Amino acid sequence: MELDPFTLSRIQFALNISFHILFPTITIGLCWILLFFRMRFTFTQDNDWEYAYFFWVKIFALTFAIGVVSGITMSFQFGTNWPGFMEKAGNVAGPLLGYEVMTAFFLEASFLAIMLFGKNRVSNRVHLFSTFMVAIGTTMSAFWIISLNSWMQTPTGHSMQDGIIQIESWSEIIFNPSMPYRLSHMLVASLLTSAFFVAGVSSWRARQKVDGPATWKVIRTGVFLAAILSPIQIFIGDLHGLNTLEHQPAKIAAMEGVWETEKGAPLTLFGIPDEQERTTHYAVKIPKLASLILTHDINGEIIGLNDFEGEHPPVGMVFWSFRVMVGIGMLMLLISWVCAFLLFSRERLPEFGQRALSLMTFSGWVAVLAGWYVTEIGRQPWIVTGLIKSKDVVADHPPETLLISLAAYSVLYIGLMASYISTLRYMSTKKARSLMEQEEKMKLDLNREA
Amino acid sequence: MEWLPIFFVGVMGFALLVYTILDGYDLGIGILLPLASDDYKDLMISTIGPFWDANETWIVLGIGVLLMAFPQAHGIVLTALYAPVTIMLIGLTLRGVAFDFRVKAKTQYKQSWNRLFFVGSLTAASAQGYMLGRYVMGLAETPIATAFSIAIAILLPVLYIMLGAGWLLVKTEGDLYKLAAKWARWFVLPLGLGLFLISIATPLASASIAAKWFSLPEAIGLLPIPLASLVAYAIVVWVLWTPKILDADYGWIVFVALIILCVMCTLGLAYSIFPDVVIGQMTIWEAAASTESLQFSFYGTVIAVPSIFVYTVFIYRAFSGKSTELSYE
Repeated sequence: MELDPFTLSRIQFALNISFHILFPTITIGLCWILLFFRMRFTFTQDNDWEYAYFFWVKIFALTFAIGVVSGITMSFQFGTNWPGFMEKAGNVAGPLLGYEVMTAFFLEASFLAIMLFGKNRVSNRVHLFSTFMVAIGTTMSAFWIISLNSWMQTPTGHSMQDGIIQIESWSEIIFNPSMPYRLSHMLVASLLTSAFFVAGVSSWRARQKVDGPATWKVIRTGVFLAAILSPIQIFIGDLHGLNTLEHQPAKIAAMEGVWETEKGAPLTLFGIPDEQERTTHYAVKIPKLASLILTHDINGEIIGLNDFEGEHPPVGMVFWSFRVMVGIGMLMLLISWVCAFLLFSRERLPEFGQRALSLMTFSGWVAVLAGWYVTEIGRQPWIVTGLIKSKDVVADHPPETLLISLAAYSVLYIGLMASYISTLRYMSTKKARSLMEQEEKMKLDLNREA
Repeated sequence: MEWLPIFFVGVMGFALLVYTILDGYDLGIGILLPLASDDYKDLMISTIGPFWDANETWIVLGIGVLLMAFPQAHGIVLTALYAPVTIMLIGLTLRGVAFDFRVKAKTQYKQSWNRLFFVGSLTAASAQGYMLGRYVMGLAETPIATAFSIAIAILLPVLYIMLGAGWLLVKTEGDLYKLAAKWARWFVLPLGLGLFLISIATPLASASIAAKWFSLPEAIGLLPIPLASLVAYAIVVWVLWTPKILDADYGWIVFVALIILCVMCTLGLAYSIFPDVVIGQMTIWEAAASTESLQFSFYGTVIAVPSIFVYTVFIYRAFSGKSTELSYE
């Protein structure tokens, strides 16, 4: 691989967006979970929900801060590294990004203040309302950015004049063919990631013996949420795949490792795709299954990569990322259902359940990254499918400049990630408030007996 | 639809002005941090705690409008400013996360996060000054442009420090209030001198700006801008050196006068640049997005920006009065 400005800019963009997406993924989902805690407290007046809220709102704030600052970097990257994208597709991309800032960012950032520090300054209703506003804000932000991303995947509602994209219909642009699928897939992914995140951290606390009744209420919330959402996510993923087959067949061919166009194509479970020899080595295949899954017809036709030669994405990364994502999805389904089943009949999970959940803490992150790699690398060599190629919009910076900025970002992000995880760990080793309350009560009872 | 680009350049200017004032005081407090004792550090940061996140969003709006309404200019400006933009982003990142980490990470790391908070604030402020300088010089790569940009890179942090001290005069009391007044007295003269020198240097360094300012009858119409700046500056000095006014808790006048100064500087700058968006290269009409795009953005902007204004006021009211230690509960 040659380190030309194009490759370096792509690596830098991949690094920035991969780091960034981790944090909004949590905040988009976690905010609705926080709203749930808040509402449970409002209706039941059970302090445990209040404790759960205040433990998690701190983690929310930390996660949100990293999401905001890495997001600001993203907003500058388009101009600093991909100026051609804005010149050619600015008529579409500009307003969609602008709407995200105006309808989402300010809403989140402003009401966050009340959510975090406003408990004693406003009424419970206003506090609840503020939490709701932040949740709406994070979701709106996902709506606009996914709309733009989906338009880049499946562009509609535009025309091309002198190499510049012009607007024909805003509603067709915003609600482009892949947008509903991608948006629901991502929103459910955020909720799933957060469900495993809260259940995982809380299980880790249980294993450290710093857990109280509130910790178990959180685990219960996370497990049941995950158990409901995992099958829904698999269903949405399937629909999303069908939609991709219709609009971006080359991406599907790469995901499935299908080289030759065939009817009744087998599903390749594993294997090593080889772009030079244009075959998949050591492939483990199940006959007809790819056609069945993708076309819902046992003899359906799947167009192979060889029909897109020179215009299809790099196969290996897409192929493997897809398997990582699906694998984690299946694991999520299994673990959430087993844990949900166990929690039906008992208060606490046995040791192995706690261990499984704490190992799954960041599983959502891995699945989300893998999923985005499938869809983003799967779009290459296009930045806007069929209209603009990525290599035509890159800024021509000297490689040294790019290497320096790339190194600086790498150091920064490694440092931030290490600090984030270690701080999370530190916050989770503190004794739960609900546990302290319980101990206090027991002490009082003992004194009374004495 | 000739007026749409003018509307959007107005919104962009407004967003960047609001950013300078609001995140200016945040960054200023970050730069002042090493001067304070540990207890005061917490209090200083709690004066900006509920606000910094939304404050920082104004720069995203400014850049957002640039790419929403002037996509052709967005690329030119940001590509030319690659290095300072990268440095600013790293600075803003460090500042933003240090905010949370300093109270949540293990206590033994708190000092390090405080230091990073300071470093991040100072780098971001300087990088913004440098970018502003480069921009005003039409992105030229000449030695004069570089010298000018470095001068602004020093001056802008001083302005931010003054805003930070001014904000502390609004939000604190007692010893920290007195300390803030002392810091403001240290930096107010360098600020005045700097602004004066830059006002002379700008027309000398840029012939096109000189032509705009020193021709009649425009020069007479423009007179209110330097005059108002002078009055605002004089008020700052007067309040800072009159203990009676300070003791009666009128320190907020300093902050208000500094805001007027910022508004005047922005008006002057806007007049110098208009109607270009990349000075000497591209006017706002040349850089503008298509009319369909601008119209679509227009509807969103006239609804969203006033709403942002309303809930910003609401948040500032909810957290009005002198600051105390921040608490989640």
